[in-house]
Amino acid sequence: MEKKSSKSEGNAKEFNVAIVGVGGQGILTLAEVVTAAAFKQGYDVRMSELHGLSQRGGSVPCQMRFGQRIYSSLVKAGHADLVISLEPLEALRAAKLGSAEKTVFITNTHKVVPVSVTALGEKYPELGEIKAKLKGFSKQVIDVDATGITERETGSAVTSNIYMLGIASARGLIPIKRELILEAIKESVPEKYFEMNRKIFELAK
Amino acid sequence: MLGNEAIVRGALEAGVQFASTYPGTPASEIGDTFARIAKRAGVYFEYSTNEKVAFEAAAGAAMSGLRALVSFKQFGLNVASDSIGPVAYVGVDGGLVIAFADDPNGWSSAQTEQDSKCYARMMHIPMLEPSDSQECIDFVKVAFELSEKFKTPVFVRLTTRVDHSRTIVTLGDVVHGGRKANFVKDPQRYFTLPPAIMGLHDKIAEKMENVAAVFETHEMNKVLNAGASRELGVITSGAAFNYVMEAMNDLGVKLPVLKLGTTYPLPEKKIKEFIRGLKSVLVAEELDPVLEKEIEALAKEANPKLQIFGKLGRDGRKCLPLAGEYNTELLEKAIAAAAGKKLDFDYDAHAKKFASITSTIPRRFPVLCPGCPHRSTFYAVKRAAGNDAVFAGDIGCYMLGIFPPFETQDFVFSMGAGEGVAHGIKKANTTTGGQQKVIAFVGDSTFFHAGIPALLNMVYNKSNPIVVVMDNRITAMTGHQPNPGVGITGMGDPAEPVKVEDIAAACGVRHVKVVDPYNMHELETVVKEFLKLDEVSVIVAKRRCYLLDYRDKRKAGSVPTFEIAGELTFEEIKNLKEYSCPAYNPDGKGGLKIDESMCWGCASCGQLCKPGTIRPKMKK
Repeated sequence: MEKKSSKSEGNAKEFNVAIVGVGGQGILTLAEVVTAAAFKQGYDVRMSELHGLSQRGGSVPCQMRFGQRIYSSLVKAGHADLVISLEPLEALRAAKLGSAEKTVFITNTHKVVPVSVTALGEKYPELGEIKAKLKGFSKQVIDVDATGITERETGSAVTSNIYMLGIASARGLIPIKRELILEAIKESVPEKYFEMNRKIFELAK
Repeated sequence: MLGNEAIVRGALEAGVQFASTYPGTPASEIGDTFARIAKRAGVYFEYSTNEKVAFEAAAGAAMSGLRALVSFKQFGLNVASDSIGPVAYVGVDGGLVIAFADDPNGWSSAQTEQDSKCYARMMHIPMLEPSDSQECIDFVKVAFELSEKFKTPVFVRLTTRVDHSRTIVTLGDVVHGGRKANFVKDPQRYFTLPPAIMGLHDKIAEKMENVAAVFETHEMNKVLNAGASRELGVITSGAAFNYVMEAMNDLGVKLPVLKLGTTYPLPEKKIKEFIRGLKSVLVAEELDPVLEKEIEALAKEANPKLQIFGKLGRDGRKCLPLAGEYNTELLEKAIAAAAGKKLDFDYDAHAKKFASITSTIPRRFPVLCPGCPHRSTFYAVKRAAGNDAVFAGDIGCYMLGIFPPFETQDFVFSMGAGEGVAHGIKKANTTTGGQQKVIAFVGDSTFFHAGIPALLNMVYNKSNPIVVVMDNRITAMTGHQPNPGVGITGMGDPAEPVKVEDIAAACGVRHVKVVDPYNMHELETVVKEFLKLDEVSVIVAKRRCYLLDYRDKRKAGSVPTFEIAGELTFEEIKNLKEYSCPAYNPDGKGGLKIDESMCWGCASCGQLCKPGTIRPKMKK
């Protein structure tokens, strides 16, 4: 099936996104923003999220698909167009969704070390090793220090999720109009934090 | 809209006036949504003490003429089932809808991957299965109408992926029920003792035949792509329908699809008509092959030569697994196998390649939050009791104690079962001369739910495990719902909080101690003391869920973070690793450091080091 290039804000026939990371990193909020923005653009959109115990410091995956007619909210193995990962190790865990033909990974470089490393002696791989392993599952991997940049700019890393989406948007990696994403952000975050989120979204290049 | 929210929306559009639940993921947001809107919507809502009570409350409302909805997860359905059967026999006047969630893959269910479709058959209760949020709204409305028309409760069966997917919906108007409740006495109707019970059994079976007649032509059961192929058709329901549609699209095939929105009673004529002209059919249902077996039976009459593909695997036609959640990939493979088509993506090779890069990456199991009082409880109890003590587990965030380094949940079965099984282990041990130490962990909400009868049983039958009630003042795991210990109702009104220690004492426990789990030294001392007793004892480890405290603190201002001043001793490092707070990371030199972004400022780790070692981080 011919799929339209994602290098635009125009309407894609089908676009598959996964947002992954660790509980507490604002994954669900980011997924809601993307879903709402896709809806505003007139796409059919479905999103899948998991709740409950998985949020307690575990891996949290959210998936959303938008296009002309969508039935399943789940992205097929090897068929993600875009994976946004708030944590490097979780990018690796989500590699199954990617393929060398089409998938772009945007990965935050800030590590959240799992307890299995601290208490049980398992080894956290080097960033270079993670990137090398992602190679067979991605067309492109974009590393960003979203945590560091947002901490410097706003004093806190809570907007690093929005920064990651800002990167995707600024580089034409997600076929949704910027103003619609901003509208969705405005509706998803508390009013007093909107300015900070807008600034971070626009800062990302 | 989220599937769970859509259930509530459907109920509001049907004029629901009464809703109850006991929280259980993946169904939790049904109750939580009611809690948010109940007052505004003029609906009575409660978090009941358990699912059986929740169902009974809703049944009472429906018997009094109101439309009522009760929700829980599949295990809650098990708990409530004792009362559901008899209510179905006598029937209800106001609509009564039971919305429950099965959980293929066990995303939120660590005990079994139960398929609850059989409950409908066992209890003679109609079952509807929506595939997305729009159908959640529509089917709940139909469920209320059916329930009143046939005077029967109606099941709406959800699965995790329907509960927790957001899909686009079109809203209808909210209807205000406005009915006045009145229970009409009717001894004739409510008398179920034999021989009446047999008459009722016949009657309810007949009722289901009448329901089936409605389902034959109902739009919830529909054929898509009628006549597109005579070789192969698909019969599907629930979330599996979505994967079937995606898979056909991706494979570039168009097959006739019978989508069953009602999985009990089945529209048998419609199914027979669908399979009559087909050479083969693929049955796509998640979990147990309930529909597949019934379709097989129907085919004997309608089309004896029909080849059935699915999970039963007769004559080599097994192409779908019994266990686990379905997805588009699985359905693509199944349809390709049944239709003799080739896949254009090698999922198996892809999975192998993926396994080769992830086999060595560190595990990230869910962990107790920084500051979680359960961490302190596990740490202190384990220090006092040693590794050999039997640690009975139960349902709640503290299930995470199953993971290393704690390993303080030797088994976890069902709500309250930790105490019940602990009693059996201890009793079996003492009556045969054993000396095993047995400690049962149970949360506050679980204690109120099903722990009280088990405690009473221990007291009366003279058993002596230690019961540690991990009282974090909330039902935390499912999203912080109030329970009878909290002092607030589902309507948001204040209530008199019930104290665990008072109940324990009232059950006849003579050794009850309330301890702040942050005081690990005291907790350790009490456990050691209670282990010497030859009667049951209860420790109430009482401290509010720190996630709530942390949120409050953040709202009020900044939260201090801590750092390690100076060198940690070998012993301190060992203890801190066992404490396993997620804020601690290896420092790369064999020691530890605190990750400031993960430290929530509880300072409890300070007790594991010499004074002054853990200190508030100095602002540079």
